[in-house]
Amino acid sequence: MNVETIPPVIQVKNISKSFGGIMAVMDLSFELNKGEVLGIIGPNGSGKTTLLNCITGFIKQDSGRVFFKGRDITGYPPHKIADMGIGRTFQIMRPFYTLPAYRNIVVSLFSPRARRFAGAGKLGDRDAVAIDILEDVGFERDAYVPYKPAGALPLGYLKRLELARCIALRADIMLCDEIFSGLSAAEIATMVPLVERLNMEGSTFIMIEHRLRELFRVANRVIVLNFGEKIFEGKPEEALEDKTVREAYFGKGKEVVL
Amino acid sequence: MAMTKRRERLDRGIRVRTEGFYALLSWREIGYLVAPRAALIIGLLILPLIMPNVYWQRVVCLMGLFALLALCFDFLAEFVGLICLGTALFVGVGGYLSAILNAWLGLPLLLTIPIATVGGAIFCTLLLLPCFPLRGIYFAIMTLIYPMMAARVIEALGILGSTNGISGLSGFPNIWVELYLIIGVGLVCLFGLRRLVGEDIGLVLRGVKDNDQAIKASGMNITHYKILATFIASGIGSFVGSYLAHLYQWAGLSLFALDFSILPISASIVGGLGTLAGPMLGAFMLTPLSELLRSLGGLRIAIYAIILVFFIFFRTEGLLNYAQRKYHQFQHWVEV
Amino acid sequence: MKVLIYGIINSVIFALMASGFALVYSISGIPNFAHGAMYVIAAYFTWLLLTNLGLPYLLAIILGVGIVGLIGALMYRFLLIRVRGMALSEIIGSFAIGLGILELVRFAGLKMLAYHLPPYIAGMVEIAGVPVDLHRIAIVGIALVVFVGLWLFTHYSKLGLSLRGIAQDERTAMLLGIDSDRAALVVMVLGSSVAGLAGVVLVPLGTIAVEAGYEVLIYALAICILGGLGNWVGALVGSFVIGFAQIITVNFIGSQWQIVVALLAIIIILILKPSGLFGRQKELEERV
Repeated sequence: MNVETIPPVIQVKNISKSFGGIMAVMDLSFELNKGEVLGIIGPNGSGKTTLLNCITGFIKQDSGRVFFKGRDITGYPPHKIADMGIGRTFQIMRPFYTLPAYRNIVVSLFSPRARRFAGAGKLGDRDAVAIDILEDVGFERDAYVPYKPAGALPLGYLKRLELARCIALRADIMLCDEIFSGLSAAEIATMVPLVERLNMEGSTFIMIEHRLRELFRVANRVIVLNFGEKIFEGKPEEALEDKTVREAYFGKGKEVVL
Repeated sequence: MAMTKRRERLDRGIRVRTEGFYALLSWREIGYLVAPRAALIIGLLILPLIMPNVYWQRVVCLMGLFALLALCFDFLAEFVGLICLGTALFVGVGGYLSAILNAWLGLPLLLTIPIATVGGAIFCTLLLLPCFPLRGIYFAIMTLIYPMMAARVIEALGILGSTNGISGLSGFPNIWVELYLIIGVGLVCLFGLRRLVGEDIGLVLRGVKDNDQAIKASGMNITHYKILATFIASGIGSFVGSYLAHLYQWAGLSLFALDFSILPISASIVGGLGTLAGPMLGAFMLTPLSELLRSLGGLRIAIYAIILVFFIFFRTEGLLNYAQRKYHQFQHWVEV
Repeated sequence: MKVLIYGIINSVIFALMASGFALVYSISGIPNFAHGAMYVIAAYFTWLLLTNLGLPYLLAIILGVGIVGLIGALMYRFLLIRVRGMALSEIIGSFAIGLGILELVRFAGLKMLAYHLPPYIAGMVEIAGVPVDLHRIAIVGIALVVFVGLWLFTHYSKLGLSLRGIAQDERTAMLLGIDSDRAALVVMVLGSSVAGLAGVVLVPLGTIAVEAGYEVLIYALAICILGGLGNWVGALVGSFVIGFAQIITVNFIGSQWQIVVALLAIIIILILKPSGLFGRQKELEERV
């Protein structure tokens, strides 16, 4: 798919956000094209999650604009942005602890957006659709796993639950906040192909990650942030070679051989 | 000190046998499920018949009223996260609306009760509209202030009959209509609300209470659902107010009294929050108690307050939650 | 001119009523619905000490306020501490305690007109041609002392600064070694005492009535909502808004519209600026 001829799906222009005296995001601009996987990386505290919150409307930015398919969505409340097809995952997950895992997806299936699409299920069907989606995401259908209370699920499954939530929402664009972090080798071995498959099926991704090896397997492009500013934008392989990026991660005056 | 005994909790196996489809496997399982509910329904239906005199039948009416209000409170508090400290607001609005429709505009009882229910729901929801986008405590405070202020406004401005109230409302045809109307509505609301919170929309409402980020990220407007929940609850409350006005054939300032806010809350806490039936049972217990204590005047409220304090701080679980736990498990001491 | 002077006096009175609640909520996050009860029992105890024990007035006042502070501390230490953090239980619990206290006092025979406290200084004085009785001036003076004292306390004393730390960010303050429970205890005592002081100071204007407990609670809550929950300065500003609104209503429209105006003021401010004048929907609270 030729990604350059289609206008960018999300455009972020000059976003700034400060909390008290701390500039979390400073004059950030970038574009997201349809069908690509954009990675956002950077040391801790570089403003990645704040950026995500600003784009999805959970936090109001001080200045700057966000455009979705050409439409100005700056200042829209989070539910309206989600309704347009921008789904997101949360770094700190708060599922319904006492309810079975598949009931958590039912909330997303109940949303106005999901209901507009056929196949989201009505009334009692939602449970069945939820279990289908969970199977899609990697929960074993015949095992007890989808029925376990969400509070009893290990981390890998919780992250997959978050992704399942976005899928249930029929989101075109998924903004993932560190879904690879904290997973064991076995869990990651199934997550990365999942993201690849979703991308091939047409979803666009923004992924905030710390696990660079796995991210670089799926990402087309990366942006590196440091202290709220964009210090690099380009191909993943070039990111680690860039001098400014190395200084951000390792400090000045250090020669590191990777 | 050596421990020689420990507590052992054994599951009675009721839950696993009655969950879902397996309940249909034998009469015994069906019995486990149906027995508590049937006991409640049958008990309520025969209650008016065993009351010795009209006074006690009236008390049954009041029991039903407070049970409905307690239901409202529990629904809002445990399933939507809105703590309503002023169910008296709903009662007052419903009552006065009914009085205006009936005494001033001359509409018959069959019309005033439904209109007052819906109209009261709309009015109360509008009143509380500004505080929905805010944290839960704003709702709590506004529901507390509104009834008290409403009473003072009516008194100060001398409108709506001021301290005398509006009298001359038409009453119910006979005592049996009064009784079975309230019991019927009570049962319908109880089972209806239980069904509602089990449905998917109930899940969304529960999300409003403790998982609002998932709700927002799924494209649903939280304020919208709070409005829906408040509409339902204030509708039930307005029905209660309108019924009360026609029961006593009078609507006055006492409809906004603290009584109508405190007793539902006490009933809910005592009966067990979170199980919609618990508050109803709590109301059934506390209302006769309040009637018996009526001679003590203001001390009545002090006693509720003390009971409430005891339950809130020391036994937050409530009676029905405890009973449910015991229904599913039993415990005994065993030798270590 | 009359409006200005009475407006200031009225606002200061409201500020005294509301500060106790605002303090407790802004620092420890506990909504103390027993606030109105504290107001009434301080006055009641002072009256008891004054008439039944014959103590000198000043001593009775100090003891009365002290008893209320103690009650606040006990209430926190044995009851509220068990439900700290659970909003439902805190709200209902403190409301129940306040209600219980007020109704017990009512049952103990506190009827409307029989009980009153004498004003501190009898007599009137003229300010710019407006007659003002000296007790009201004394009230303004005392309130000023209290507010300045509180401001100095929270800005310059170690304990006060730690309270402000807890108010801003509880977790970080706890990391720095500030005991959240102890801070909450201190602020409960402080808040109850201010409420009690308000009671003792304001009751000589009228009589001790249990109804006043509810009135004070309503006004304190209304003012705090208007000024923004969680911000003590907001409560002060809110009390000026309502104070002046009421005096203007009394003078130009009619005194029975007072409550309506207060209610409308709250609703309008809530619609225009949702968290109240100075409140913030703390963004970091919704941190995802």
